[in-house]
Amino acid sequence: MTNHWVDIKNTDLVLIMGGNAAEAHPCGFKWVTEAMQHRKAKLVVVDPRFTRSAAIADYYAPVRVGSDIAFLGGVINYLLSNDKINHEYVKAHTNAPFLINADFKFDNGLFGGYSSEKRSYNKATWSYQMGTDGFAKVDETMQDPNCVFQLMKKHYSRYTPEMVSKVTGTPKEKFLKVAEMIGSTASKDRVMTIMYALGWTQHSVGSQNIRTMAMIQLLLGNMGRAGGGVNALRGHANVQGITDMCLYSEVLPGYMGAPTDADETREGYLKAKTLMPLRPNQMSYWQNFPKFHTSLMKAFYGAAATKENDFAYDWLPKKDTAYDALAIFERMFQGKVNGFICQGFNPLAAIPNKRKMGMAFEKLKFLVIIDPLKTETAEFWKNFGEFNQVDSAKVQTEVFRLPSSCFAEETASFTNSSRLLQWHHAAASPPGEAKVDMEIVAGLFTKLRDLYKKEGGTLPEPIVNLSWPYFNPAKPTPEEVLREYSGKALVDLMAPPDPKNPKEPPKVLVPAGQQLAGFGQLRDDGSTSCGNWLYCGAWSPAGNLTARRDLSDPSGLGIYPNWGYSWPANRRILYNRASSDAAGKPWDASRNVSSWNGKAWSGPDIPDMRPNAAPEENVGAFIMNPEGVARLFAPAMAEGPFPEHYEPFESPLAANPMNSNKLANCNPAARVYKGDMEAFGTAKDFPYAATTYRLTEHHHFWTKNSRSNAVVQPSQFVEIGEELAKEKGIAHGGRIKVKSHRGEITAVAVVTKRIKALDCGGTKVHTVGIPIHWGFIGVAKNGYLSNTLTPYVGDANSQTPEFKAFLVNIEKA
Amino acid sequence: MDMNRRQFFKVCAGGLGASSLAVMGFSPTEVLAQVRSFKLDRTTETRSTCPYCSVSCGVIMYTRGDNAKNNKPAIIHIEGDPDHPVNRGTLCPKGAGLLDMVHSPNRLKHPEVREPGASEWKQISWDEAFTRIAKHMKADRDKNLVLKNDKGVTVNRWNTTAALISSAASNETGFVSVKALRGMGMVAFDTQARI
Repeated sequence: MTNHWVDIKNTDLVLIMGGNAAEAHPCGFKWVTEAMQHRKAKLVVVDPRFTRSAAIADYYAPVRVGSDIAFLGGVINYLLSNDKINHEYVKAHTNAPFLINADFKFDNGLFGGYSSEKRSYNKATWSYQMGTDGFAKVDETMQDPNCVFQLMKKHYSRYTPEMVSKVTGTPKEKFLKVAEMIGSTASKDRVMTIMYALGWTQHSVGSQNIRTMAMIQLLLGNMGRAGGGVNALRGHANVQGITDMCLYSEVLPGYMGAPTDADETREGYLKAKTLMPLRPNQMSYWQNFPKFHTSLMKAFYGAAATKENDFAYDWLPKKDTAYDALAIFERMFQGKVNGFICQGFNPLAAIPNKRKMGMAFEKLKFLVIIDPLKTETAEFWKNFGEFNQVDSAKVQTEVFRLPSSCFAEETASFTNSSRLLQWHHAAASPPGEAKVDMEIVAGLFTKLRDLYKKEGGTLPEPIVNLSWPYFNPAKPTPEEVLREYSGKALVDLMAPPDPKNPKEPPKVLVPAGQQLAGFGQLRDDGSTSCGNWLYCGAWSPAGNLTARRDLSDPSGLGIYPNWGYSWPANRRILYNRASSDAAGKPWDASRNVSSWNGKAWSGPDIPDMRPNAAPEENVGAFIMNPEGVARLFAPAMAEGPFPEHYEPFESPLAANPMNSNKLANCNPAARVYKGDMEAFGTAKDFPYAATTYRLTEHHHFWTKNSRSNAVVQPSQFVEIGEELAKEKGIAHGGRIKVKSHRGEITAVAVVTKRIKALDCGGTKVHTVGIPIHWGFIGVAKNGYLSNTLTPYVGDANSQTPEFKAFLVNIEKA
Repeated sequence: MDMNRRQFFKVCAGGLGASSLAVMGFSPTEVLAQVRSFKLDRTTETRSTCPYCSVSCGVIMYTRGDNAKNNKPAIIHIEGDPDHPVNRGTLCPKGAGLLDMVHSPNRLKHPEVREPGASEWKQISWDEAFTRIAKHMKADRDKNLVLKNDKGVTVNRWNTTAALISSAASNETGFVSVKALRGMGMVAFDTQARI
């Protein structure tokens, strides 16, 4: 979330799309009802189903699964055509005035530079025009046909209300009503917020779904504002924290790009990552990359990382190809993975194409499960009849199942969806011989390290020299680790000489061994150690700030600045410089977050800006971007600098209505493995659009182990609309069989009014709704793993699987 | 013993029910059909964060058991924390059922192994588990770590063992894990954040 939960009470309009906050985040949803009650805010819901969020909304519009970019592109067109834009904001805080390479083009569904063999783009023409001064060229009038503003206008002129309705199935007048409500927040005294979740991410165009909304929020001037922002409602205890710690292959902790085979030297690697400003006076905060990276390597390797050995750069493994979850399991399926450690995750249930997953696990030599509960994955080798058909004798995988603690048995911190770190305490010990997760990781690592110390082997050095500074190496304490990743000074950090008193001996800013107050104190010379620069300051010289429980909220905006610790630097609302106009005056004084007081940026929130940056310096609000401004045109995206509608890989339509290009039917840059392309079904055999989703009473495949949750939602069901049920002779409460090209499941049929057929330019599209929560292990009634049905393809940028738009056929069971 | 209603409730709240009074020789003039100590009496309150969705509601866990020898605390109740600024004491059905997850009959209690081809689990010790797993990992890493790629560039990459780290793991577990994984040279790892 760019903003935070309580901040939602400050809004004038909530759009819930690509998510279902009332059902999936019920306790956070109270801030929507607060806004509706006290500010008379309106709630708009756009969803394939009339969800319980829709049930209390002021307005609901249906939309076909996988067609969100068409809808939102239509909103962009509406805003531009009806001048519902905050012009001053767009000029100051976006790259709308930037000039693009004159050779940039878009034609019939494809941008310039496409290779169909490689399924990727050469992006040379997606570039800024550069001036002789080394900065990107801009046209402040935004009239040049090559400026981003004009290119964007041209691109979205194709998303007329008629076209939107044809693609999405949303009746034209409903689309226009939603667009009008959104457009009303362009004025400086009105803001809106978007609350989205997996309904947007779990698509082959997921990243661009979100991008389109971000563009809308920028055009309206809603970023950095109280009650504004783009709010991703995440869905796991500590998914934000684990994302920030970067437990995935592309990045190092704090979102630093991980080295690849192309980064042959540390010098080259640092140069590529140290992003210099593309406009005058911009902060381009990744300029500080070397400070973050060196401090990380000191945390990883301590004294063994020195200037002489390039701070142990060579010991970091380099990435040569994709290693996201879909890539890992594809490799496993091909027999290229021998061992697999699976902690607190149930991939047999959670990854698409359950059949393929089961076959992949059978190829492993060893599998290590670390979990507090029994899972389907741990017993992939066991026969459960129709739910998991397997001959155990044929499966040679050695499987270890290690019992771990649950949240109640661990003292540690979680980071919530709004970047807030909160410390929590253990109330009891894990049951039986179960251990706290950190002890299991430490036990495994120290055992491996001992083997290398004793026996030697291939490249023992990075293991043997890994910094493991814990009082008890087998049992790191959470306090030790929080201090470790928050960071400290390794030597006395000296202040720069005082220009007024150059003869004075330099002062000690931070004495050796002291915790750092923030990432501004990090250095690139090996004098600081910090495991995650974004979290620097969480354990400051004042102590464990994540454990703070101060309920004071002086501004009344719900900021609670001294409750827990929010990254970065305890800021609660990102980009908050943009909450004030070019002169530094708040757009709306009643919801002021950060404004210029003549000498500095100040206000209820920590300024997301150099504190003494006077407004005349024009330092942009988006300090991480080299441009200093936000990107309406984003060349870093795989499938295009502007979001474009592409059909899901399994689409109920004969073709993409927005183009006549066979290469541009679905996302032309999405990765599809051989074998998975063949496993896609067509509308001929599988005529109904399907989507998966969650119930309020269950959390993924976890709560089927909890009796009270199993009692309230005991049995697997599938939802279909009344018209489809009648057509197929399926009764409410009867049994229904659902088939995709990858497998089939049987469940109870729930026949509902809340899913209606959509008319997409003459094609009637029915939607089948599939809640995910059942499996063959638990205290609920056994059911089929719903990912038996789903397709093995992901978003072209994030590789998040397309769980939310595929094709099925149904029949009475 | 004569006591009025208010005094009687005071005594009950202090943990002595009518039955205890009777045992001690007092016989209250009012007899209640049911006297029970308030369930949360003499429990310890511990503040935590719900592990399910990312609203991260504050919860209070109540344990009974004073940590004296052989007296391990047991969690007997979990409810929302009214002081928490985001959830203000509320919990959704997932959080409201937390006690049943903590005490699920499917909680794992002992390290186990399933030998190749077997159809059942076998209980083993932690030491055996750590040793066998570490030996597997070392054998795989020693054999398959790629020191240099085809161009002679140092890559030190081990991609034949993969890992999935839990998005329900704490920040502290996450940091120690990423440090260990990178330290071992692993590149093939991911988390729920992706999906």
